[in-house]
Amino acid sequence: MTLPLAMSLLLAVAMVVLAIMATRGRRSLGISILSAGLVSLLASVMFLLLAAPDVAMTEAAIGSGLTTFLFFFVLGRVRRGEHD
Amino acid sequence: MIKRLALILLLAGIGAIFAGLMLAHVPDGELNRTALYYAEHTAQDLGAANIVTAIIVTFRGLDTLGEVTVLFLTAAIVGLVLAKGKRKKREARRQPHLPPSGELLGTGTRLLLPLILLFGAYVFTHGHLTPGGGFQGGAIIASAILMALLSNPLQKFSHRLISLIESTSGIAFVTIGILGVLLAGGFLDNRILPLGTFGDLFSAGAIPVIYTFVGLKVGAEFSSMLVSLSETEEL
Repeated sequence: MTLPLAMSLLLAVAMVVLAIMATRGRRSLGISILSAGLVSLLASVMFLLLAAPDVAMTEAAIGSGLTTFLFFFVLGRVRRGEHD
Repeated sequence: MIKRLALILLLAGIGAIFAGLMLAHVPDGELNRTALYYAEHTAQDLGAANIVTAIIVTFRGLDTLGEVTVLFLTAAIVGLVLAKGKRKKREARRQPHLPPSGELLGTGTRLLLPLILLFGAYVFTHGHLTPGGGFQGGAIIASAILMALLSNPLQKFSHRLISLIESTSGIAFVTIGILGVLLAGGFLDNRILPLGTFGDLFSAGAIPVIYTFVGLKVGAEFSSMLVSLSETEEL
């Protein structure tokens, strides 16, 4: 088995596990958001392996950076609303 | 129970379809006709080393204009929806009671912010030579703004400056497109400027200019969304 193939298989398994953690995780919403961000981060590595570096850049900046920030931001707002 | 069974059957069906597609897939030995045309003609016709960028900006430049317009509409709607809470914010802002950001985040931001901005500018000015381009560079610039906001949420960014950059680069983008109709082969044709030496920074006609404007526009749009979001924190 070649190295890129082994790496993409490993990435795919990790992405599936993280996606299940993001959707079915019961522990806390923060961990779910972090695992959703990690799925995008691993997806950007996958795009790099598939020879699409420009898509990988967009995915890393928007998918794992801005989206994770947005989710945490909204989560903070919702929590603060609960306390009031 | 039946609902669950139907769900499992549905998932199995989708899985079977995708497995069939995967197993039947044979990689193409050679490029098809469209791809072959682009691969052969892009470098000599347009002078761009990065074929993907050349296709996105010139052959399918109208698509890019549409995407930028969609992004502009999104930013405008976000600004419109979030603008209501702004007046209250001014009063609340007099006494900031946020905990200070950590030493790591503060120092890291001071060190990394200029580097990230520089890298974003590099990505969109070198769009015709290396992977990436306007959208990617703009997203990187926006993540620098995000980092500044994370380390100091009360930091103020001038909305007027952001919208000035945004609208100026939008107008410049469309103007270059129309210049392409007047001076060269069609809308967003990059041959209004000399093609230059293949592989140089100032080559490939108008592609670097167009991508600089697209990068500024995308960066300004994302930044305006982030800034509006963080300003409405105490709605």
